[in-house]
Amino acid sequence: MKTIQDLKDIKNQKGAQVDIRFGGDAEAEKTYILCCAGTGCTSSHSQDLMANFRKLAEEAGMSDKVEIIPTGCQGLCAKGPVVVVYPGDVHYQLVTPDMAQRIWDEHIVGGTPVSEYLMKEETTSGEDIPFEESSFYNDQVRLALRNCGKIDPENIDEYIAREGYQAIAKALTEMTPDEVIQVMIDSGLRGRGGAGFPTGKKWLFASGNRGNVQKYVCCNADEGDPGAFMDRSILEGDPHSVIEAMSIAGYAIGANQGYIYVRAEYPIAIDRLEIALKQAREYGVLGKNIFGTGFDFDIDLRLGAGAFVCGEETALMTSIEGNRGEPHPRPPFPAVKGLFQSPTILNNVETYANIPQIILKGADWFNCSGTETSKGTKVFALGGKINNTGLVEVPMGATLRHVVEDIGGGVPNGKKFKAAQTGGPSGGCIPADYYDIPMDYENLSSIGCMMGSGGLIVLDEDDCMVDIAKFFLGFTVSESCGKCTPCRIGTKRMLEILEKISEGKGTMEDLDKLEELAKYIKANSLCGLGQTAPNPVLATINFFRDEYIAHIKEKRCPAGVCKALLSYTIDADKCKGCTLCARNCPAGAISGEVRGAHVIDTEKCIKCGVCMDNCKFGAIYKK
Amino acid sequence: MKVSNVPFQGTAEQEAKLIELINEHKGQKGCLMPILQGAQNIYGYLPYEVQKIISDNTGIPMEKIYGVVTFYAQFTTSPKGKCEISVCLGTACYVKGSAAILEKVEEVLGIKEGECTDDGAFSIESCRCVGACGLAPVMIVGGEVYGKITPDDVPGILAKYR
Repeated sequence: MKTIQDLKDIKNQKGAQVDIRFGGDAEAEKTYILCCAGTGCTSSHSQDLMANFRKLAEEAGMSDKVEIIPTGCQGLCAKGPVVVVYPGDVHYQLVTPDMAQRIWDEHIVGGTPVSEYLMKEETTSGEDIPFEESSFYNDQVRLALRNCGKIDPENIDEYIAREGYQAIAKALTEMTPDEVIQVMIDSGLRGRGGAGFPTGKKWLFASGNRGNVQKYVCCNADEGDPGAFMDRSILEGDPHSVIEAMSIAGYAIGANQGYIYVRAEYPIAIDRLEIALKQAREYGVLGKNIFGTGFDFDIDLRLGAGAFVCGEETALMTSIEGNRGEPHPRPPFPAVKGLFQSPTILNNVETYANIPQIILKGADWFNCSGTETSKGTKVFALGGKINNTGLVEVPMGATLRHVVEDIGGGVPNGKKFKAAQTGGPSGGCIPADYYDIPMDYENLSSIGCMMGSGGLIVLDEDDCMVDIAKFFLGFTVSESCGKCTPCRIGTKRMLEILEKISEGKGTMEDLDKLEELAKYIKANSLCGLGQTAPNPVLATINFFRDEYIAHIKEKRCPAGVCKALLSYTIDADKCKGCTLCARNCPAGAISGEVRGAHVIDTEKCIKCGVCMDNCKFGAIYKK
Repeated sequence: MKVSNVPFQGTAEQEAKLIELINEHKGQKGCLMPILQGAQNIYGYLPYEVQKIISDNTGIPMEKIYGVVTFYAQFTTSPKGKCEISVCLGTACYVKGSAAILEKVEEVLGIKEGECTDDGAFSIESCRCVGACGLAPVMIVGGEVYGKITPDDVPGILAKYR
């Protein structure tokens, strides 16, 4: 059991050494090797890499001089596994376990960084620029991700060294619960899960009757949008920030029990959370009588079981109760009647990660950043056709162009940016025309898009918007829980129409039908899943109507994705008659004389594309 | 009720483990999900027989247990292959061509997504985002993650597990 003074002592003792990783100028007592141990880098064997470093340190008898620190996601997943060495702030990219030896010999022992392995940023011009000058890190503002990738998430002392658990200490000893809520309201923090509801207001609604009724604080870590991994990275990289924030919420509304509902698909996040909860209980910052103030608060983990709808608040609570995760109508809102019929607040992981600092530094510190209505920052998971795949955090109001071109490093292979998909299956797309739109809640919804939880998938000219709409609708259809008719049957009918269009069998009437159905489903579905399911279709029809029309009228897929509409042809001038395509064609659809131009029989062609992949002369086209 | 064709082969040891798990959670609010998750870890799947043991020992009616089991994608009532293959169809992987990877896996093994080969060696599933978007497209074979793959890589990867 630690006192507030104990925590301050830990911070005083370890703070300066940890601060070196954040630009602090203390003299380093050791060499620190930070290895990313997030899901992406772990998939690329960063655990083996760390084992190799540890072995090298042991063999050299330098275990007390070199510390190997596993961290959460450092952000630049495209270059993983990432290794950073302090002092010196030297970043290495794509480090395989075999590369440990050379880094050890030349850098750790020899003192000279291995220049071949250094992190470089590829630019669209093809010229690499050194990491120090890259905008990937320099243009980011990291609040929610402040500790991610920099501290050991499995060591509570490192979190404490970063002022960890000082915010709950401050709230408990210097503030009343109402003052905590007022700070949250003044800060302007809005829910980062997608809908953007003001967090302070949510807490206020649940704050009545403190001490007389059972209440709950829940954390939504059921990050289901395919292509979004912000919350996972925070749980993997800085789990204590979420735990601390939930205790603050518990104090504010008068709850003594919390639940974190996390996807079972995130095994590393679950592990780290379990470790963090155990350490927090050992230190007495979680449990009975925290800091001797009489405030009790504990947290249990609940694992999801693969149902997207459980990210919806009422469905999530139903699932924690041990039922089928079906939503129910609101009102009653969870603040009145939520988990186990008790007043409950539910916030998203990223929302929580902002809270300890807001309490420590005050509402004004937070609300001076961002835009008029959207304060603070937003974390985006960049994916798809973008060079710097990874996790970035920017102030609200940053333009899409800035995020994609400068921070994201642009679209690879010289292709043209076509659109960015945000908000997953509930969101829409931002076309190139709106490349300079400042991204905040209001601006994005004004163009029929949404902030969403932060997945940002970049699409280029090779992506077909009808196919993307079909992809998301297919997702919704399989994830619809089936409780209400508009969602269960309506989305299925929409998908059938889209399939018709992508097979070239659509009519212009189908477009009207799609729009009509979409409006009906949005207006009449029970929960957020159904109400937002038509968005990807509506947004793509709105911005890319010509593509739909090309599929319907010209029976043509402009991006060359929809298989049924493709045809392969051989350019007779370029064909050398090498017969490679004919020999590889699984359908026997290609004929021609040796050293003579070949032709494809479109009747027999199954459009597999093997011929085009194999042609050495670039003579085969698809259109 | 959907009953698997594969005969149930639970052991007494597994059952003892399950009873222990049930006793640990019984009576807690919302205990059914953790029990089902633990049971699936013990048996690998949740056939009728396992659901019955849970019902008998918790007093939770069979129809509720069955309802919960069939609601969540992660619970399965039929056994999986010795080597589970999972192809990510999350957005980031999808736009980088993971649908073609899945097709190739299906072609090589001669089974469809959601099926198991006759010898019980392989089963194929698609999944929604494992979070390794930086490695897209991604396929997981027997717990090992393979990233940035092309359909041509598939036969070679699968051959390692035969």
